[in-house]
Amino acid sequence: MNTAAPVVLEVKDLHAYLFTRWGVVRAVDGLSFAIREGETLGLVGESGCGKTMTGLAVLRLLPEPAGRIVRGQVLLEGEDLVTKSEAEMRQVRGRRISMILQDPQTSLNPVFTIGDQVVEALRMLHGDGARALSHRAEEALRSVKVAAPEQRMRAYPHQMSGGMKQRVVGAIAVAGEPRVLIADEPTTALDVTIQLQYLTLLKEIQARTRLAMLFITHDFGIVARMCDRVAVMYAGRIVESGPTRALFRAPRHPYTEALMASVPRMEASVERLPSIEGQPPSLHDLPAGCRFAPRCGYADDRCRREYPPTLPVGPAHEAACWRVEPSPPSR
Amino acid sequence: MARVEERIDVGFGPSPAAEAASRPRGDLARLPWISFFIIAVLIVVAVLAPLVAPHSPTEQSLPDKLTPPAWQEGGSTKHLLGTDILGRDVLSRLIYGARVSLIVAAAALLAGGGVGLMVGIVSGYLGGRVDSFLMRVVDATLTFPTILIALLLAVSLGQGLQTIAIAITVLIWARFARVVRGEVLAVKTRDFVALARVHGCSHLRIMAIHIVPNVLNTFMVLLTLHIGFVIIVEASLSFLGAGIPPPTPSWGQMVADGRSHIASAWWLAVVPGAAIMLVVLAFNLFGDWLRDWLDPRLRQV
Amino acid sequence: MLESGAIAAEPLIRVENLAKHFPVTRGLLIARTTGQVKAVDGISFTIGRQETLGLVGESGCGKTTTSRLLLRLERPTAGRVLLDGRDVHALTGADLSQYHTRVQAVFQDPWSSLNPRLRIRDTIAEALIVNRRVTRAGKLERVEEVLHQVGLPLAAASRYPHEFSGGQRQRIALASALASDPELIVLDEPVSALDVSIRAQIMNLLKDLQVRQQLSYLLVAHNLATVRYIAHRTAVMYLGRIVEHADTESLYRGPLHPYTKALFSAALPADPDAPREDMILSGEVPSPIDPPSGCHFHPRCPFAMEQCSRVAPALKAVASGHQVSCHLY
Repeated sequence: MNTAAPVVLEVKDLHAYLFTRWGVVRAVDGLSFAIREGETLGLVGESGCGKTMTGLAVLRLLPEPAGRIVRGQVLLEGEDLVTKSEAEMRQVRGRRISMILQDPQTSLNPVFTIGDQVVEALRMLHGDGARALSHRAEEALRSVKVAAPEQRMRAYPHQMSGGMKQRVVGAIAVAGEPRVLIADEPTTALDVTIQLQYLTLLKEIQARTRLAMLFITHDFGIVARMCDRVAVMYAGRIVESGPTRALFRAPRHPYTEALMASVPRMEASVERLPSIEGQPPSLHDLPAGCRFAPRCGYADDRCRREYPPTLPVGPAHEAACWRVEPSPPSR
Repeated sequence: MARVEERIDVGFGPSPAAEAASRPRGDLARLPWISFFIIAVLIVVAVLAPLVAPHSPTEQSLPDKLTPPAWQEGGSTKHLLGTDILGRDVLSRLIYGARVSLIVAAAALLAGGGVGLMVGIVSGYLGGRVDSFLMRVVDATLTFPTILIALLLAVSLGQGLQTIAIAITVLIWARFARVVRGEVLAVKTRDFVALARVHGCSHLRIMAIHIVPNVLNTFMVLLTLHIGFVIIVEASLSFLGAGIPPPTPSWGQMVADGRSHIASAWWLAVVPGAAIMLVVLAFNLFGDWLRDWLDPRLRQV
Repeated sequence: MLESGAIAAEPLIRVENLAKHFPVTRGLLIARTTGQVKAVDGISFTIGRQETLGLVGESGCGKTTTSRLLLRLERPTAGRVLLDGRDVHALTGADLSQYHTRVQAVFQDPWSSLNPRLRIRDTIAEALIVNRRVTRAGKLERVEEVLHQVGLPLAAASRYPHEFSGGQRQRIALASALASDPELIVLDEPVSALDVSIRAQIMNLLKDLQVRQQLSYLLVAHNLATVRYIAHRTAVMYLGRIVEHADTESLYRGPLHPYTKALFSAALPADPDAPREDMILSGEVPSPIDPPSGCHFHPRCPFAMEQCSRVAPALKAVASGHQVSCHLY
């Protein structure tokens, strides 16, 4: 990762809320991050923290009519996606930003062949005739290491394994040569050995196309392998972000620290796993101060009263906590 | 998108959806008031027929025959909806006819629904050859043309309330069986059913305690949606002359009788026809509402 | 493996050459059997008292079918499952009732494990109600006891499942498994559907309960770290067979079978500086309908030899407490 590489996607103070019958769910509540060309940013958090909503908000795919972006900017190569019309967004999705979702089962249409679906995606991008599109589709499948693509083109999704389906989904996603790829837990439904194949493939594609990736996951192992930078989300906000190595070696936010400690390791045996008490807060009923304070071992009165500012704790490393010793920014 | 919403976890205690579900529903505007009203009127009128009807439905009064409804020229308030060819009060016949419709509907639904529920549960739960066999019987039943079968039964068993109820039961049980079986297949795959077996529950206990309560919602919605159908079948049978024998009034019979006078005494056919239409519509709307009311509450939690 | 000469107490569970084949049928009116899915293809293991056996493997390896065979949710095509020396699939009557109180289960999905129409106390007490006569008071007392054991408030008893979160539902599922005071609980992916921070809570609870209630567990899981934390012994399955079976520590420190090595290498460590010795397996997991001849793993094995495609290797001990099924050893 090269710090001189241009920033491709920049999210500034994004607020995306869901207006439901029971109140306003502040799914994304003031998120800011940036991803450079060729870089992978991991967005880590548990269910309900807003990470999936973040991905949807960037693509302007929030569930209607409840979901809405109420504030902030999403700058794709300088253009603000929040202000674009739906027609303009249709030109952006799939071409400049793409997304891969968790469940390959529901990402592919079961009544069409693989070939049909890849060709369909390509038709949007290239005005070629049927034969040329078919060749392009085969190439696309080959580029994601699908063996015997000519035969696979005629297969239906249910005839393929999960790993193979995810590759097809990947092929469709990168067919338009997007600048940014959002991957939302793409390997959670896959077996571990298949997951490794797939992640390696994604890395290869990224190296080839200088793609910027937003990798949403809850798995620290994947983060350690795939991501250059990490942002940890809790209750709609980023509580810590920084280079992967720095975060793993010295997590500065109590939630990051507690979360990493509570995950069992395969590499070492441990007598007792520390667990975090309680549960994440409900997103429509958030406490006034730091949202992690009720479960935090270090919390004091100020933590409970005021939401902490985001303070620098190392080179390109920040945490939103009153208890950190801010280090002078060294840039 | 549903997956995202259900993941929004809210800490100890009930989720807001669950709390809302256990409170009485506050959004009054969404209730189908017109349906409720029509159904309520129907039930009240049918039950209290002797008190509500201004005249006897069978009392003939030939001098008053073919009186138009009160608001028409020649009508009188003595017979608000006019009289038929034998001078019988249309309104009273309508009211007593409601009784017939309700009784037939209730009997057929309870019997047909009950049989359908049991067959659906046994078939869906046990699977295998029992399921194959039962579903073939269901398929066969469903392929019969409805009215034809009802007519055949009516002709062979003779006219009467009982016959109609039996005929309709025979017709509708298969629809219930099929839908219930589908629901049972879905419920069967849920872990709590497997766990019930691990606990040592007998098949009977599983069906009664784990399967039935979880298909009841669908079943109830299906019941309400079939009320309209049943009323129309009864009306059709009576219209064709295979239904309730005169002089007991039945809406279908009234429409049949009024058919020949449609040009001169339009009210004889139109009034009962409109009644049928209104009631069926009301029940259908009610059934739709019930399905929506029961469904998202379950899905959100 | 036992040292020769030692007299062993009969382990709680002994599985001998267990196999389960599902017929694959074609045809609408007349079903023809065109093949067999050999979900479990001849496995043997034991589970001792207060011991946890972890069963790991990827989808299609047969670990879930194995757990179902232990729970009598499937009948074996061959082999036996013995509880205290008695074949569980031959039990009837009072013996069967007793079996149901001694062996219980917790499954993966907290949202599907509880009957939404029953109150928590009725779900929890079911094994008691069905297998023994309990008075109403006795039932409530026991429900309160197990709720306490799993760390839930007593008020939970009169509530319905939809009022609880995923982690809480798993606790309820656990309480319902504990109600009959079992000796073995089959845990099929007990934490994989839960949030990361809740998993540690439940795993710790399982460990505590094992000691306090003298429980044995069969832990079926795909997450290797979870298994390392909870299991005393671990067996690795591939396409219906056990390829390696050892003390957990011995297995994790020194996996021997090539598949185990690949599996372990694919489980990404939460350490960006960890050395990357990726063993990326070629191809996909073959279908259990038509598994490869000889050693099932040979088509994907980087160390495959000539005999691997002809002869299936036997599971044999290569060190104390460590068995492998591979021609390399």
